[in-house]
Amino acid sequence: MKNFLSLFAIILLVSCNKKEENPAPRPLKTYTEGNVSVNSYTFSGLEHFLKKDNDTTYVVNFWATWCVPCVEELPHFEKLNATYKDKKVKVLLVSIDFPKMAESKLLPFIKNNNLKSEVVLLNDPDANSWINKVDPTWSGAIPATVIYKKEKRQFYEKAFTYEELEAEVNKFL
Amino acid sequence: MKTTIKIFAFVLLAGLASAFTYKTTVAGYKVGDIATDFSLKNIDSKKVALKDFKDAKGYIVIFTCNHCPYAQAYEDRIVALDKKYKKLGYPVIAINPNNPEKQKEDSFDLMKVKAKEKGFTFPYLLDEGQKVYPQYGATKTPHVYVLQKTPKGNVVKYIGAIDDNYGDETAVKQKYVQNAVDALLKNKEVSVKETKAIGCSIKA
Repeated sequence: MKNFLSLFAIILLVSCNKKEENPAPRPLKTYTEGNVSVNSYTFSGLEHFLKKDNDTTYVVNFWATWCVPCVEELPHFEKLNATYKDKKVKVLLVSIDFPKMAESKLLPFIKNNNLKSEVVLLNDPDANSWINKVDPTWSGAIPATVIYKKEKRQFYEKAFTYEELEAEVNKFL
Repeated sequence: MKTTIKIFAFVLLAGLASAFTYKTTVAGYKVGDIATDFSLKNIDSKKVALKDFKDAKGYIVIFTCNHCPYAQAYEDRIVALDKKYKKLGYPVIAINPNNPEKQKEDSFDLMKVKAKEKGFTFPYLLDEGQKVYPQYGATKTPHVYVLQKTPKGNVVKYIGAIDDNYGDETAVKQKYVQNAVDALLKNKEVSVKETKAIGCSIKA
């Protein structure tokens, strides 16, 4: 009985610990090619990544492989992710490529450009229902970026240079 | 006297505040504004203006382009809109807002190719010098403005997306542009006046 109780207590503790950070939502689908893997989410799934409540600064960039200004600024996000790893900065690249092109375009792009930041695919075609939830000032054009840490949040509908991006992130550190 | 000064100060402050507010608001049309006419080069090299459409009751002005996958996903639906509504008095007027020097696939010559390939039944105009789209406040392609012709001018009645599913036409639930034009044709109020959509940022 004692054993049972302590087991119960341990389970309770573990589950409480987990509660601190909401578990990641179940992806709609996982696309895999070699060692590259991308989860797709509807917007309600993606919201988990836009509302994390911890001491990390999240840089969430909306992009697509066919968006030239997005692709041009990707190296800056990659550099930021690598340079600021130890300063609790995490980059998340939210692709809005068409899901039917995930295997033909997105996975090869990630592989060929050796992207190290986490990539997820947003698969939610009713954009009018979620654009305002990302930010009410967003017109829907990409590239667009959200930087946030806990409650502090800033939205940018623009392409960044590395210097600009670094300066914005430093406001959160 | 003191009150006068206070009022004066207040008016001055209010004026200043509104001046700044004005500056920070995003330029472009809101629903209810009068849209400007334009004269832009069509793919047949002739200039096209809204006023050329004498019998029109209004217009479906669509900022779109060749290269953007979102615009491409809507090409057939744009052709269908023109087919249905031109004869009812609401022709489609497509405008490519992109600077071909920044986006080679959106050159005037390739616009001709695109129009032929996709069987465009409507004018496909080039916004040379990228002067018209900022007046409308378009930020991306595709971006739609439904205008109603009135004695006051062409009034903006709807701004936004064509429908609620760019990826799959068969899964569309809300046909925003059709609903707007249908309402206008029945002299009714447009119920959904503004929507947002993902699109390619305009390359000026």
